[in-house]
Amino acid sequence: MPQWTLLGLLQGKQTAPWPLAEGSDGQAGFLGMPRYHPELCGEGCEACAEICPTKAITMRPESGPDGRLNVDYGRCVVCQLCTEACPDGAMATSSDWAFGARRREDLIWQKDAAPASAADADQRRAFRRSLHVRHVDAGSCNGCESELQALNNPFYNLHRLGIFFTASPRFADLLLVTGPVTQAMLGPLRATYEAMAEPRWVLAVGTCAVSGGIAEGGYASGHGLDGIIPVDVYLPGCPPNPAAIIHALLMFLNRAPQRAKGGQLVE
Amino acid sequence: MTPPQASTLHARDLIKAAGELISSGGRMQMAYAWYPRKSELELRYVASPAAQAPFAVWRCDANWSIPSLANTSPLLSWYEREITDLFGLEFDGHPQPQRLVLHAGAAPTKPPLAPDYPQDAPIRIDRTRQAVPEVAVDEPDVQLLPFGPVRADVLESAEFLFFYVGEAILHYHPRLFFKHRGMEKRFEGLSPERGVVLSERVSGVGSVAHALAYCQAVEAASNCAVPPRARFLRLLLAEMERLYNHLHYFGHLCHTTTLKVGEAEGKLLEERAKQLNTRLTGSRFLRSILALGGLRRDLSPQGWLNHELDRLRDAFARYAKHMESTASHLDRLIATGKLDRRTAFDQGATGPVERASGIDRDVRRDHPYAAYQEIPPLVAVREAGDAHARAQVRMAEVSASIALIQCALDMMPDGPVRAECAITPNSEGLGWTESPRGTLFYAVHVGADGKLARVKIKSPSFSNWRVFPFTVHDSNMMDYAINEASFGLTIAGCDR
Repeated sequence: MPQWTLLGLLQGKQTAPWPLAEGSDGQAGFLGMPRYHPELCGEGCEACAEICPTKAITMRPESGPDGRLNVDYGRCVVCQLCTEACPDGAMATSSDWAFGARRREDLIWQKDAAPASAADADQRRAFRRSLHVRHVDAGSCNGCESELQALNNPFYNLHRLGIFFTASPRFADLLLVTGPVTQAMLGPLRATYEAMAEPRWVLAVGTCAVSGGIAEGGYASGHGLDGIIPVDVYLPGCPPNPAAIIHALLMFLNRAPQRAKGGQLVE
Repeated sequence: MTPPQASTLHARDLIKAAGELISSGGRMQMAYAWYPRKSELELRYVASPAAQAPFAVWRCDANWSIPSLANTSPLLSWYEREITDLFGLEFDGHPQPQRLVLHAGAAPTKPPLAPDYPQDAPIRIDRTRQAVPEVAVDEPDVQLLPFGPVRADVLESAEFLFFYVGEAILHYHPRLFFKHRGMEKRFEGLSPERGVVLSERVSGVGSVAHALAYCQAVEAASNCAVPPRARFLRLLLAEMERLYNHLHYFGHLCHTTTLKVGEAEGKLLEERAKQLNTRLTGSRFLRSILALGGLRRDLSPQGWLNHELDRLRDAFARYAKHMESTASHLDRLIATGKLDRRTAFDQGATGPVERASGIDRDVRRDHPYAAYQEIPPLVAVREAGDAHARAQVRMAEVSASIALIQCALDMMPDGPVRAECAITPNSEGLGWTESPRGTLFYAVHVGADGKLARVKIKSPSFSNWRVFPFTVHDSNMMDYAINEASFGLTIAGCDR
């Protein structure tokens, strides 16, 4: 065993200072949600809406103050096809990933979006420094699980933020759900939610849980969490990276501001 | 990629053909069904006549009574049950004709993969109607422990039934397919180009392996050539995927043997590999880069990746040396979850699992694709068949992957990374890759309209989940988690 102790000590501290202090969040080079620039959008062009595999981009019946497109980041699977199809740079690559939002409509692009209010801040105050999370995989591709498992690696070290995954829904304050909710997982998901003590909250992680994602509908798959259990925070992404998940958790606890407003990131 | 040898068989000749294939050292790979025309169901069997001979594809008209081949080639049992669930075709004399993909409480109005199945009609599942195998029903000491589908920790959903006496597991029955999303049907009607993004999301940690097998299947159907630089970059991406998956595997394996620093080290190395993926492609899962005919855009790994891999190789060598010299860790692995060669072969084990049981197969070497013809991998094989052998095979594969990538970087040709790929209507193709978990097949059928008519996915985890219970029956509870970790299974890939 001393060899392992030595190996650990020789490595030094591997944990990122982020989000507690300035420093790298480990996402250098990450391609996030494409940024919509309505002013660059060319008349008569529908290339992005045609290529979008999840109908995250659709044409508006007529052009308004929010441009010609309806862009719903809650449906975006970050495949980047629109950025390649767009001839005018109106859908451009970006590194935007901190898309956690309290309201579903905060994920839809809007020119002048009203800032979201911090919901039931008092009720959540007691959980600010110690939150217990129960995860349920409701039919994901395992991409979201891979990133959730990464949260406890030495780089992100989620424990230091006072956030823990718990085995039993009875001990959990927050239910974290991934996947579009397959027909076979509908019952177990509801049973898990019912087993939680109140107050209880729900975080939808990944575009599948937010809106159904790439495998939405069909004979076996679902349309995300809406209409099944109430959602307190939506975090789209395919999958959202570990830093995005941490930001969404801190945002839920009112320890970080919501950055997604009107489908854009604001400081 | 050498195209498979196609032949047509009558239903009455199937058992004889399968028997002859197996007695001459061949192995069945998979079976699936599809509708070449409405109301005309056809079966396809993919076989491997000899380790390095081209694959064989048998067609069989399914409007006759079809005999089950599960007694001749046991690994086909699950494929036949899947066809029964999804196409409504029953096989005569199947030894285990229970539901597999659809749960017992599901009552579809029509088989969901039939052409006239009402689009987007969800199959509701009655959870009160669950089938439980009857194991030692007269023995009062035998207890049943149903565990899941929501398990402890951050894990994928599946339910495991343990029939146990004290510490001893008498019988183990995994109930999978809670995560079945009907992915194969989602491909139908899409243009082949659209299928790439979907194939990347069948199994997240196998995004490259899936998308590459899919692209190669379409490229085979349409006779598309891939430029040399794209072939080398495809190899590089496939090996980068193997790297982060195998590093994760060791972190998880150390977690189950309670080697805490070993767990942290494995997961830290995995994180480093994923951050290299991001730097290379913008995606931690190497998504949004593969395309029909090559890659969506060029990558620039030259000048920095080689050096980063040197660092990773040294760190892993040190880590592996520690694991291989820690008695408490090895004690838990050696002789745990032993899978003998015969069971591995008959039941269809694939990838590191079969290679740890003495079966020397790897499609990268035996049926080369991408740039594996130019840079063949060193294939690691172990004979012991236990958890330790499975870990050792992966250990050797980490070093081999780094060597392959560095070799590809050295030999990387310049030039375009994408060639035009015009889709041939009424065509079909078979694509394969050696994913981190084993052999993956995509069989793609393109219809007269140039759209996807049928896409069959044979994932390595579907194969290895079939095998895994054979190592759990008659074992003990304390070894279970270690044994499961040593198989390195995913559930998304299996359930689709």
